[in-house]
Amino acid sequence: MNIKVRVWRQSSASSSGKMVSYDVKDISPDASFLEMIDVLNETLILSGDDPIAFDHDCREGICGACSMVINGVAHGPEKATTTCQLHMRHFSDGDVIDVEPWRAAAFPVIKDLIVDRGAFDQIIQAGGYISAPTGTAPDAHAAPVPKKDADAAFEAATCIGCGACVAACPNGSSMLFTAAKITHLGLMPQGQPERNSRVIDMLQAQDDAGFGGCTNMGECAEVCPKGIPLSLIGRLNSDYRKALSKS
Amino acid sequence: MAASGIVLVGFLFAHAAGNLKIFIGNEDFDHYAHWLRTIGTPLLPDVWFLWIMRIGLLVAIFAHIWSATVLTVRAKKARPVKYAHRPKVQGSYAARTMRWGGVIVLLFIIYHILDLTTHTLNPVKDSANPHANVIGDFAPERWYVTAFYAISVIAVGLHLRHGIFSAARTLGQQTAKGQRRAQAIALVLSVLLVVAYLSVPFAVTVGLVK
Amino acid sequence: MTDFWAEGEPIVDKAAPDGPVETRWERRKFNAKLVNPANRRKLTVIIVGTGLAGGSAAATLAEAGYHVKSYCYQDSPRRAHSIAAQGGINAAKNYRNDGDSVYRLFYDTVKGGDFRARESNVYRLAQVSVNIIDQCVAQGVPFAREYGGLLDNRSFGGTQVSRTFYARGQTGQQLLLGAYQALERQIGLGNVEMNARHEMLEVIIKDGKARGIVVRDMVTGEITTEFADAVVLASGGYGNVFFLSTNAKGCNVTAAWRAHRKGALFANPCYTQIHPTCIPESGSHQSKLTLMSESLRNDGRVWVPKAQKDTRKAADIPEDERDYYLERIYPSFGNLVPRDIASRAAKNVCDEGRGVGPGGLGVYLDFADAIKRLGQPAVEAKYGNLFEMYQRITGDDPYETPMRIYPAVHYTMGGLWVDYDLQSTVPGLFVVGEANFSDHGANRLGASALMQGLADGYFVLPNTISNYLAAGPFPAVSEKDAEVVEARKLVEDRIAKFLSIDGDRTVDSFHRELGHIMWEYCGMERTEEGLTKAIGLIRALKEEFWTRVKVPGKGEELNQNLEKAGRVADFIELGELMCIDALHRRESCGGHFRGESQTPDGEALRHDDEFSYAAAWEYFGADGKPTLHKEDLNFEYVHPSTRSYK
Repeated sequence: MNIKVRVWRQSSASSSGKMVSYDVKDISPDASFLEMIDVLNETLILSGDDPIAFDHDCREGICGACSMVINGVAHGPEKATTTCQLHMRHFSDGDVIDVEPWRAAAFPVIKDLIVDRGAFDQIIQAGGYISAPTGTAPDAHAAPVPKKDADAAFEAATCIGCGACVAACPNGSSMLFTAAKITHLGLMPQGQPERNSRVIDMLQAQDDAGFGGCTNMGECAEVCPKGIPLSLIGRLNSDYRKALSKS
Repeated sequence: MAASGIVLVGFLFAHAAGNLKIFIGNEDFDHYAHWLRTIGTPLLPDVWFLWIMRIGLLVAIFAHIWSATVLTVRAKKARPVKYAHRPKVQGSYAARTMRWGGVIVLLFIIYHILDLTTHTLNPVKDSANPHANVIGDFAPERWYVTAFYAISVIAVGLHLRHGIFSAARTLGQQTAKGQRRAQAIALVLSVLLVVAYLSVPFAVTVGLVK
Repeated sequence: MTDFWAEGEPIVDKAAPDGPVETRWERRKFNAKLVNPANRRKLTVIIVGTGLAGGSAAATLAEAGYHVKSYCYQDSPRRAHSIAAQGGINAAKNYRNDGDSVYRLFYDTVKGGDFRARESNVYRLAQVSVNIIDQCVAQGVPFAREYGGLLDNRSFGGTQVSRTFYARGQTGQQLLLGAYQALERQIGLGNVEMNARHEMLEVIIKDGKARGIVVRDMVTGEITTEFADAVVLASGGYGNVFFLSTNAKGCNVTAAWRAHRKGALFANPCYTQIHPTCIPESGSHQSKLTLMSESLRNDGRVWVPKAQKDTRKAADIPEDERDYYLERIYPSFGNLVPRDIASRAAKNVCDEGRGVGPGGLGVYLDFADAIKRLGQPAVEAKYGNLFEMYQRITGDDPYETPMRIYPAVHYTMGGLWVDYDLQSTVPGLFVVGEANFSDHGANRLGASALMQGLADGYFVLPNTISNYLAAGPFPAVSEKDAEVVEARKLVEDRIAKFLSIDGDRTVDSFHRELGHIMWEYCGMERTEEGLTKAIGLIRALKEEFWTRVKVPGKGEELNQNLEKAGRVADFIELGELMCIDALHRRESCGGHFRGESQTPDGEALRHDDEFSYAAAWEYFGADGKPTLHKEDLNFEYVHPSTRSYK
């Protein structure tokens, strides 16, 4: 199939960027979206142009590196699918496809489609962990965890930290990301001692990093490639309220 | 947002209940309007309670607007560059129109006070007979006023549709089942309010209430 | 043949304790020198890579009080490729009371590695495995649990006991996030200096000790030199030498290869694991391969058409024209034969021209019988997410048409040679996780990679590195030292060279070509003729690479093609060494079938008399012959036997 892509090109963090059009010819419908960009890049290199820079790594939907807003939707039109797992068969011959980086002040563009998501690491640093220095652990069966809680914690823990939630949120809020970690750790018995300080510190870090406030719009959950539900934000709010009352 | 919003929603229901009195009879409606001024008496002097209510409402409105402004400013800062390809609304339309909806609602409230509280913009200006003011307001030849009220009330409805659910979420509602319930309740309450509020002007415009 | 290599002195693991295997690790820990807690702050450790091994090592060493500097090429330590591991992690907990024990895990691992691993290391791995699970649970890793709230286990990779702990199909992700969170906590406390989007391009050796690295900031292109008292490489495996593999696109051998060029021996490079159930290539655009859990073979039946070049749809091929070849050749194990056998059988039927799908590189994995027997809902409950993943990638519905699968490179058992302390032949240079060669021998058991990575990082390295660091802090290193200037210049010159060639072929085109050569001649089945040919082809490719590659852009910017060029240049050199290693090992062993070494009925034939050693290679210049140092392997507990699956 033949398509046209309009891609955000920006040579560095400090320069201004613009959308640039490219024709991509003879793309197999079985190619992934990133493979389509690979093919385009090969032609750009040979014709002396600068290839498009984009983040990607595992290409199997788990590392969370790929990050493209495709036709206005983070990770593109397929639900619960990362950009790397999106295939060209979901587009039609002759389509014009717009490709942009995540847009958020907390995720500044580094080059083309690559943004800096270090702010997510800062949120985790603030409290997204259970303090358990190596060697201090009791036997794994010392604290049974009800299956229901373990399963729910796992569901929340499947977040890949890609940042699509922030990219989709009109407020530029990272609430779903933070809520997923609060939920994962808060459901485990091991996570209880730090539960109150965790939610307060992580929300503070989120605000400090320049993310916007949450107004429960739900765009985040719609684009989340791992299907993290919006309801986790309620859990975070509830934890926050309780933590404030105890602090 | 949530706390002030809940106060305002509470007020809207009380206000709607009062409005519906007009269907019982114009005298009942007037009686209700006068009673509002005398609640709390003789413990409180006349109209004091009403003013306490008004001040409470003003505080809630300012708190609501202030929080909304803070959130909006943060959102603008957090998302300084817009997408070239306008993003499709994937969540709810009501959620995405909260800010503009809120502004429309505010403008409407101002008009509404000038119209039926201070009577500055009312064609009848009869303080003794509130029902006359209402009937004059929505007279058939003033259909455009009715239309403006309708649009504004629908804006209020949309605002509440997301607002009521969002308040529940902010206060900690956290299960998927509860979410569906909260959204359903938000929808039902919003529709009820819209119907209640629109019934009076439309009834006047089509001549059911004279 | 010895035109290709020279033979040097044997090498001995001097750190390994002897005596009863059960107490070797205890005795090593007791005899290792310790560092006073107050002195640890003054000791800096560089760790390259933030996967299970590197991330857990960085967190643990920082908790112990060392000053840690951590580097990764990804934008966040959380994205290291350990995250993609699906199946699970083994531990000899015996929570099932099914006869498992440390000794049994040890035994299974030595045997599974086809008697090419060290008994001491494997025993330690099995011992430590139980601590790993405790550690991960304490960190909040949401392992699968039973209704009683206790941890669930499954049997994995054909073992007879249930010792595999798992978190749905995302065990690697959950374990890595546990290590990542521990690491982030230490970063937040200021104990770890984290440098994401930084690539190590050279190791700095001074006075015979590893004292630092040269790194490139992948955003600005700035080259800096970083110093420490010890350097730990946790940079993963080199499966991407095949271009198409299940590894992440960024996985590379550069850190290990640069160390090899500076004197660290590289052991058993030809030991790669090929996984039988991957989604086949769909065309020339293919950039990587995706693994599907091996558990699919529990209910799927593998077949190809009996006739060659049969292009009919699967549904149109009648039952008597199908060849369920695994069930035919291996009646007792059938579709559940080990990975290496399933992989090679698939390649054989495709070589016969009976493969299915694009290019004839695929075999069917058919669930029709399972659906008939168990009903679609039961199959969906068991494999639903895998079926979904398959459909997302291929566009085919596996409930309707059989899946197509093909083997793909998945893991590399070879790596930098390390002693029992995980120290390479360069003092102060430690290597952990998949980057070293130590524990799996010629073949890795399922669910053992995660175990090894975390064992090295949480429990082994922190105990052994202190023995080395106890002699520190070492004399300060300066930017002006000759060794530092030279290492830095090496990096700068190489970058300048890449950018100056300005040829007519892209880096990827070379990588693809290298991958084809490696897959064809150094993949599942190797022959002397093929390997000799491959060495010639690789040498020609190398020549061509250095004259015709085109790397766009500048060095002082984010330049993904420049990054790739450095990695591919190293892969080309590694590919040659892999072929030489494979050529010298004239035996079929583990995942590696040597055409000249088979039983009369075509099964793998090992030669314990000649090849019971680890092959550690020394670098002798780009045009010199690599020199082979043999480390003899002694089996005091698990005596070599022949695997049979017929």
